[in-house]
Amino acid sequence: MSDYLDGNAAAGALSELFAVDLTAAIAQCNGCGQTTVFAESRLYVDAPGMIARCAGCDTVLLRVVTTPTNTYLDLRGLTYLRVPNS
Amino acid sequence: MGIVSPGFTGRRGGGTDLPPGQYLTHEFPVLSAGPTPHILTDHWEFTVTTETGEKYKWDWAALTALPAEEITKDIHCVTRWSKLQTTWKGVSLDTLLADVETGADFAMAHSYGGYTTNLPLEDLLDGQSWIAYEYDGEPLHAEHGGPARLLVPHLYFWKSAKWVRGLVLSDSEDLGFWETAGYHEYGDPWKEQRYAGD
Ligand SMILES: [Zn+2]
Repeated sequence: MSDYLDGNAAAGALSELFAVDLTAAIAQCNGCGQTTVFAESRLYVDAPGMIARCAGCDTVLLRVVTTPTNTYLDLRGLTYLRVPNS
Repeated sequence: MGIVSPGFTGRRGGGTDLPPGQYLTHEFPVLSAGPTPHILTDHWEFTVTTETGEKYKWDWAALTALPAEEITKDIHCVTRWSKLQTTWKGVSLDTLLADVETGADFAMAHSYGGYTTNLPLEDLLDGQSWIAYEYDGEPLHAEHGGPARLLVPHLYFWKSAKWVRGLVLSDSEDLGFWETAGYHEYGDPWKEQRYAGD
């Protein structure tokens, strides 16, 4: 037995996560550690993609780029997103 | 509209010669991925770092003491607007890089505020790019990238980094802010290279 699971095993958890209103999630910034509800981040949309930045330090928390065939989601700036179990 | 726009009418038979998928605007839309940095020219600095780590620096006085060029170019934003015959003043990268010893193939432009974008070094040379500090006869406003921005008008305008603070030259191609999130590594508007894989 291996000590890890195939990445597909995360699908259920991820679909659960993204089925909820992410803006109500608690987000921790990877830059400064500020931990606030995601809705308090600063969203920049007059751009080639959508960018959310930390209100405390301007670190990019999230980027979403939608192309005709794919959506790119970059969450590198987030230490975590915390959502309550429903 | 009934308004004759100089530089548009009478050129290119009515401006139909736009890159594919682009529309014409007479506005200058402000696109930004973050807060606008307000950099005083007293504090401004432009640094070229070569692949060996050697640094070449210019402050504002040094930049503006270099021979400047008047530039008139069409610009094309990946969000589909194009603006014709925009006029700028700036210093050619040929001038800035003339005494820089490098054999690098690639450059990463870095901006105040953290933005980055990657370009082949050859696209910055041979009269194709400038550090621009005036637009339409005025000092370049912060919202359009002032005090100085990179101007590379033959590529989509996200390559023309606002608030530019330096170039890092390297032998390998790294990807910049938009290029790591699905945008094309090169971005030729005439080939409609908007997204990775186009
Ligand atoms: Zn932060």
